[in-house]
Amino acid sequence: MSAPVQELFDCRVAFADELSALAREDERIVAVCNDSVGSSNLVKFQQEFPDRLINVGIAEQDMVGVGAGLALSGYVPFVCGASPFLTGRALEQIKADVAYSRSPVVLCGMSPGMAYGELGPTHHSIEDLSWLRAIAGLDVVVPADPAETRSAVRWAANAARPVFLRVGRFKVPAVTGDRDFTFGAASRLRDGSDVTVVATGTMVSRALEAAEEAAAEGVSVRVLNMSTIAPLDEDAIREAMRDTRAIVTAEEATTTGGLGAAVAAVVVTERTPVPMRMLGVHREFAPTGNTAFLLEHFGLTAGDIRQAAIGLARADV
Amino acid sequence: MLVADPRTAAAWRSFRQEFADAGPERRREMLRERANQSRTADLHMIGRAGLGHVGGDMSVLDILTTLFFSVLRIDPEKPDWADRDRFVLSKGHTAGALYATLAATGFFATAELDTFAGPLSPLNGHPNRVKVPGVETNTGPLGHGLPISVGMAVAGRLSASSRHVYVVLGDGELQEGSNWEAAMTAGHRRLSNLTAVVDRNRLQQGARTEETNTLDPLDDKFRAFGWDVLEVDGHDHLALHEAFTAPRGERPTCVIANTTKGRGVSFMEDRVEWHHKVPSAEQIVAAEAELAR
Ligand SMILES: Cc1ncc(C[n+]2csc(CCOP(=O)(O)OP(=O)(O)O)c2C)c(N)n1
Ligand SMILES: [Mg+2]
Repeated sequence: MSAPVQELFDCRVAFADELSALAREDERIVAVCNDSVGSSNLVKFQQEFPDRLINVGIAEQDMVGVGAGLALSGYVPFVCGASPFLTGRALEQIKADVAYSRSPVVLCGMSPGMAYGELGPTHHSIEDLSWLRAIAGLDVVVPADPAETRSAVRWAANAARPVFLRVGRFKVPAVTGDRDFTFGAASRLRDGSDVTVVATGTMVSRALEAAEEAAAEGVSVRVLNMSTIAPLDEDAIREAMRDTRAIVTAEEATTTGGLGAAVAAVVVTERTPVPMRMLGVHREFAPTGNTAFLLEHFGLTAGDIRQAAIGLARADV
Repeated sequence: MLVADPRTAAAWRSFRQEFADAGPERRREMLRERANQSRTADLHMIGRAGLGHVGGDMSVLDILTTLFFSVLRIDPEKPDWADRDRFVLSKGHTAGALYATLAATGFFATAELDTFAGPLSPLNGHPNRVKVPGVETNTGPLGHGLPISVGMAVAGRLSASSRHVYVVLGDGELQEGSNWEAAMTAGHRRLSNLTAVVDRNRLQQGARTEETNTLDPLDDKFRAFGWDVLEVDGHDHLALHEAFTAPRGERPTCVIANTTKGRGVSFMEDRVEWHHKVPSAEQIVAAEAELAR
């Protein structure tokens, strides 16, 4: 089974293009970063708007605090840093200075998940969804491809509230077509009647591939792109419970508190829960390996998703 | 967990003995040659793996070599020896330099370096103490090593041990506030059993440190936090040796080691893009030739 050759994209490119376009239209837009002009793809932004790029150096706590101060003074700061350091190092600033203070900062977690592959668990950001979903008043958004990234950046610039945007580096195919990002709403990329796969970020294209393969084996799979993790589109989950017999979640993150946990919280509080499988990383630090290797290691390939879906469809429950 | 390589450990021991008996010129030559061998090993690791932080590796290797080959009281065959000196590489992105040094010391077989960053290798892109003997703590996120070293120095005091704690920090890394919290604690507690070495190459990931967020006057900053400060040429092995071993006073010591990022490879020296660019096969050949001189 060889997949057709697809063009693949690093979402940081779309992110930076859109941010520059917005900055041309809106003088309030500024970027704040931590010695990450290159890794956040802000080189062009810096050339075009040298005064509006605030590089605080290697100081993530300062970076988020500075972002909050700018937001509280009428600017629209996009605070950009590698996701592990932005979320891990500055978690309290995110909680107190951004979410609790309702400072309209757009936190941009670059190269999340296991995008940093061989650089290891210190550089992986798989805990971010769990950590951030626990914080009240913080929207958590995970675009699946470049088009959705653009659309989400534009939405975030005007959201006027605390937002976390997870901006992927691991290359993905275009999957969302001409659908715009709709905050808080799952988008049904494929319909099906046996099992629903709820996927986010890098897992969306893999879920679509899995659905295609499952169809060949007589299993009909619905695929939801859950690009808003918090607040969760609970209606879409209830619909999936009504229309299909089981749910698989797939995320490049720990399953302890991210997408899978969010979906499960809806499923188990309904009168008649459906069986579920949660694909992700189960409280484990990754071994050494590149991103593709690690996704395979943790059972996050299209084949793994297909297997989980078929397994649930065929289980007599 | 990797295990010691007794043959290399024996060779390391004779090196230390020869160094102890040698005069200054011979000492300088021994360390220079040893450091350049590690530079070459590191370049090959990075070439094979297709990733690494070559600029910072070349910058720090004279510091690491001087420590492991002439200063640290350690035993590669007893990595858990309680009274060993502690060495922490806070700038964990230069793991390649550390691995090359640890292998040359005999903590594990040199052949392991071939697996650097490969699938399931113990030699991850950032050092992992759970898998690699000689690594005292896992680093990678900047700004962690100094607080941990302060803890180790406090522990040394509590257990009345004569062991010394050495920690190597990047200069860009010093922009992290955690360093200054730890610097304050070390100064307050007069931890004279602690030496922080700053790899002062004046470059960080994307630009010069002073163009990003000014660190100077760095010596005054550390002094103001209660430290003794020594400033040396970070590629002068004898000056480093002297700074690392000079009798300590009542305060922790900061050695500001003025270095050149990419040191030893002319086309990499002081160029910001070599922070983590990967040299081509031809560039590695050229670099190796320069280092063999
Ligand atoms: C907390 C944290 N933020 C950002 C990074 C990404 N990063 C890795 S190396 C580096 C630059 C380090 O510069 P410096 O400390 O001067 O080291 P050197 O010049 O010796 O390579 C950065 C920003 C990181 N590893 N950790
Ligand atoms: Mg530096």
